Amino acid sequence: MAKVLMKGNEAIGAAAIKAGCKYFFGYPITPQSELPEYMARELPKVGGLFLQAESEIAAINMVYGAAGAGVRVMTSSSSPGISLKQEGISYIAGAELPCVIVNIMRGGPGLGSIQPSQTDYFQATRGGGNGDYRLVVLAPANVQELVDLIIEGFDIADQYRNPVMILGDGMIGQMMEPVEFREPKRRDLPEKDWATTGTQGKRKPNIINSLYLQPEELEEHNKRLQAKYKAIMENEVKVESYNIEDADVVIAAYGTTSRIARTAISQLEEEGYKVGLIRPITLWPYPYDEFEKINPNCKGILTVEMNTGQMLDDVKIAVKGKHPVYFYGRTGGMVPTPNEIIEKVKEIYGGEK
Amino acid sequence: MAIVFKKTRGLTDVPTHYCPGCTHGIIHRLVGEALEELGVLDNAIGVAPVGCSVLAYKYFNCDMHEAAHGRAPAVATGIKRVRPDNFVFTYQGDGDLASIGTAEIVHAAHRGEKISTIFVNNAIYGMTGGQMAPTTLVGQKATTAPYGRDEAHCGKPIRMSELLATIDGAKFVERVTVTSPAHVRKAKKAIMECFKVQIEGKGFGIVEVLSTCPTNWGYTPEESLRWLEENMIPYYPLGNFKRPEEVE
Repeated sequence: MAKVLMKGNEAIGAAAIKAGCKYFFGYPITPQSELPEYMARELPKVGGLFLQAESEIAAINMVYGAAGAGVRVMTSSSSPGISLKQEGISYIAGAELPCVIVNIMRGGPGLGSIQPSQTDYFQATRGGGNGDYRLVVLAPANVQELVDLIIEGFDIADQYRNPVMILGDGMIGQMMEPVEFREPKRRDLPEKDWATTGTQGKRKPNIINSLYLQPEELEEHNKRLQAKYKAIMENEVKVESYNIEDADVVIAAYGTTSRIARTAISQLEEEGYKVGLIRPITLWPYPYDEFEKINPNCKGILTVEMNTGQMLDDVKIAVKGKHPVYFYGRTGGMVPTPNEIIEKVKEIYGGEK
Repeated sequence: MAIVFKKTRGLTDVPTHYCPGCTHGIIHRLVGEALEELGVLDNAIGVAPVGCSVLAYKYFNCDMHEAAHGRAPAVATGIKRVRPDNFVFTYQGDGDLASIGTAEIVHAAHRGEKISTIFVNNAIYGMTGGQMAPTTLVGQKATTAPYGRDEAHCGKPIRMSELLATIDGAKFVERVTVTSPAHVRKAKKAIMECFKVQIEGKGFGIVEVLSTCPTNWGYTPEESLRWLEENMIPYYPLGNFKRPEEVE
């Protein structure tokens, strides 16, 4: 299929429709509004439905209802709106329903700004809502990968009956790049025989629920969830690495920030520095094992993020104290430049190549 | 021997957790009967709230979805919009619908969602132990209004049926109670009519049922029925506020 030039936010919508998602419940917020606008325009053409909810809270609860009824469904928002969705996300995770949630992050805390940021890493990977649950968190670095991850994200959600979050930033939502729509790897997806469709007098009622008043039952439910999360950790880690076995310094960065890091690495290589890159594509499950492959004589790991140091915690967990860990971040909608990263890498080198 | 009365197939065969004298049981039965008699039980998807009727998903004999507090109309919207051929209803209390879930119920009505809502108003938060609700009467005591509800402090109780009747998308709005056999019959009739509004695709419908809470009101079941009639009905008048106009 020929490549087409698409803006990130619109590409998300096109990919979702390609994945068989016909239902979208959303609420406007910058910098992701092109996505609900695209869905409002395109879903009726494929016999689907777009509905603008009265709030992000209502939108995620509509997703909760629709996912329970057994259809592929999506919602999207940006940071403050994602905060409002946390209640529903926790219920969806608790009731084990599949759906895809898109967060095109902007600066925070509070109302923050509308410029790109990566400040919701903790919220996305550590829960956000109440209870011991996990989202599968996918962090695309370009529009093609965004499209691929949306399409695969629906399959992952259905396979594990778990919400999947696409964690992008304002930059990827707004940038235009050529994309093609490709089939994901084939997965055996289970029948949705648990969905609320009406019994039609042929089976016992299906109940979508996250309430377990008996502590023994709730503990069992949590054990089941944890077993599922373990399977996801074993099977779904995605990471891209560059030259880490040979590097003197390794940069860890995800999403659009990793592209800036890549530019910095190219320039550093021209000057004779050996710098590698670990780019997690799944932020949960996190590619901890990848850090084992780093050159044992590496001088340090530099985490670069558009926040004040959130993935940094996972990098420290992964490195297990074997290498010094450094951090460089810009926040508030400020984007790190290649030169800033180059300076930081040279500092870690300590003047010697 | 002819069977003159039997338990509806609309309810499951399990004991409920409701307190003695609480009228939730009667209201459950009426909803179950209406689902069965209208022939929609096997096609129904119910949405349970958070509050006293949080376990309603165990009692209605159809597919059920447990919502977060106040969000039942949004969950029902999601279900109905992707399964328009199913019968979708919510069952909510006054803390759920008239406090934390006002945005959801108002906007479900305003969009004209083709869902039906049973709104059980007992003027108090029952499940959490008798705290003040937006529907608590002025002067009525609650654990968070130990001196009685003070209008100057927290306003007068909210009348949801009157409010919702002003919204175009709400096609059927009626307030009933179940304090006597005559009232129970009228309540059943209202629930049947409300459900028909959805079946006929006309829009949103709601039946508000004034209900008792002997446990948290601090009265016997019989006193509670009298207290409801003497205190709640004067403030929350019974009757139909809206029904679809007959096609000429």
